[in-house]
Amino acid sequence: MAQSNELHDAILNGDAKKAHAVTQAAIEAGIAPMALISESMVPAMDEVGRLFEAEEYFVPELLLAGRAMKSAMELIRPLLIASGQRMAVRVIIGTVKGDLHDIGKNIVASMLEGSGFEVIDLGADVSPENFVAAVKERQPHIVCMSALLTVTMPAMKTTIDALESAGVRTHVKVLIGGAPVTSQYAKEIGADGYSENASAAVSLVKSLLATA
Amino acid sequence: MVEQMMEKTALKYSALAIPNTDDLLYGVSPHPLACGLGLTIGAGQVFPEVNFTLPAMNIEAGTWAEVVAHYEEMASQILRRAVSLGVPGIVLEFELLPPMTDRPEWGAEITAVLNRHLMACHEKHQLPCALRVTPTDIRDQQKPPMMRTGEPWQRLKRSFELCAEAGADILSIESIGGKEVHDLALMYGDFSGIVFALGMLAPRDMSWLWGQIGDICVRHPGVVPGGDSACGFANTAMQLAHQKMLPEVLAAVVRAMSAVRSLAAFEQGAVGPSKDCAYEGPVMKAITGYPISMEGKSASCAHFSPLGNISAAMCDLWSNESVQNVRLLSGNAPEVFTELLAYDCRLMNTAAASEGGALQMRNWMTASDEWLSPQAAVLSPDATIKIAAAIVGADTPYHRVVAAGRAAVEILKDGIAQEKLHLSRKEQQWLVRIDDALDALPADEATLMLDLEAQYGGLYGKSSYGL
Repeated sequence: MAQSNELHDAILNGDAKKAHAVTQAAIEAGIAPMALISESMVPAMDEVGRLFEAEEYFVPELLLAGRAMKSAMELIRPLLIASGQRMAVRVIIGTVKGDLHDIGKNIVASMLEGSGFEVIDLGADVSPENFVAAVKERQPHIVCMSALLTVTMPAMKTTIDALESAGVRTHVKVLIGGAPVTSQYAKEIGADGYSENASAAVSLVKSLLATA
Repeated sequence: MVEQMMEKTALKYSALAIPNTDDLLYGVSPHPLACGLGLTIGAGQVFPEVNFTLPAMNIEAGTWAEVVAHYEEMASQILRRAVSLGVPGIVLEFELLPPMTDRPEWGAEITAVLNRHLMACHEKHQLPCALRVTPTDIRDQQKPPMMRTGEPWQRLKRSFELCAEAGADILSIESIGGKEVHDLALMYGDFSGIVFALGMLAPRDMSWLWGQIGDICVRHPGVVPGGDSACGFANTAMQLAHQKMLPEVLAAVVRAMSAVRSLAAFEQGAVGPSKDCAYEGPVMKAITGYPISMEGKSASCAHFSPLGNISAAMCDLWSNESVQNVRLLSGNAPEVFTELLAYDCRLMNTAAASEGGALQMRNWMTASDEWLSPQAAVLSPDATIKIAAAIVGADTPYHRVVAAGRAAVEILKDGIAQEKLHLSRKEQQWLVRIDDALDALPADEATLMLDLEAQYGGLYGKSSYGL
């Protein structure tokens, strides 16, 4: 399938316009949407991930590839929904209450999205109540929380406690990250995982889903 | 609304206060700053600037007494050790945490605590000292941020006012105007977006904000407008580059270009010392002649840095950036890092006391780091003068940013050509890409803004920047 190879390369090169055009042509040629995903998009993003791990790609290349994949998904998603096929795993992400730092969280969100997850970004300074409301409304599989300040780290525990109190803690896996956060702290507050960086966060989400 | 409309006649630097590289030394500035209690910065000696913060804890009404107790403890222990080590002078920096700016009375209360400790120490030991207070820029609580109006700005302004009344000697901030565009542009490696943020939005906000801070200082005699830091821009890029998320060369060029927005504070009346985390500080010093604060090897408590020695080469204050009040074997971390800073400063000052010693010491500190990273390469005294000269040689902030970017690219290219700077193939490709992107920029800022409207127009409010 020429279109598949072209789509693969367009994503790898971060060319969103080409990815969109090639996907449109592939759909018109009758190629199954799922085939485009499994044969072109997922392998392309896997290769992007490998290049990032090998320090051949930086975040900009990674995000441009994710943007290209997203532009292709805009065409594919309605077809999947119409055919009753399930969408990607859903992730809710936010920087905790009192903390306005969001660039690290944004990178994680973009990388998750580029890896095929549906990401709902709640932004920065997100209260426990807003995390709970989003979990109830959007029913995600994963909740990711970020904090850059030592004095906002406790809000991670407050949020987990709020998820418990609302009776939705067992519905989700909770991951935390940010400069002052440690794996020990994750254990202390009852999170399901901790990631040191954005790339590891994607791997962690995948591994948690695999064992769920 | 009056303040919003107020336009000031700003100073514009068109020449360097320190044009000769050999005159760009640590501890000495053409315009020394007398502030606080008997302290003069930039008059021949480097002093420690100690920055300290809370351990992991909630800041709320229920924990407030504990918060205050931490600051009481930190101030008393830092000053006790400073006196024991015979430091010739000291600056304490209080960086407010977001809740302390959101509730300005809280920040002012801690300011008063620290001021009381400094006054008592000065009275008892005659230690020259000053207190720098840095409220948090909380104006990005809304999207798009409201920079000149709204509750967050009113609280930030009140925080400055109350801290000035409560005993601050130097006011500073790590302002974030333009960051809403810069963050996204940086993540996508979009050079034109970066230039737009650093050359148009950030300088406009800096000019307005530092006009406001200057007014507050005028109303509080004895309180000086210190300076800003491109922390949210260039340090974000630097830290992401250290984590291999961004090219080091991009972060180094961003550093050089960020000096333009930091200079805007001085053009609105700031007199130094600029903030410790403003690694673009030496460029400020070369242009303005005002003293600067820097951080490096003794800030490893806060973050990794490949600039440990070279960052001290031109400093007037030497800082630890930030350390939590946690227990170590020899005492609490803030007093431990006071000791590190004290010895760093003592060595620099001892070297400076001998003929030619400061220049020799500066050159050693420079040589130890200069070509080991692109970030260090743009921080040497030679590079500083080249970048500073490029900035003052251009007319508008936009053209200054482009000129600073070109100067940084040339410094890096020269380093590669002379086989001093060794970069990976990928880094070298990015340097070519940045060079090409500089060439592709439009001749004027209005065209750039128009070109980027669809991409970034929704992220910022034009009225926040007087556009």
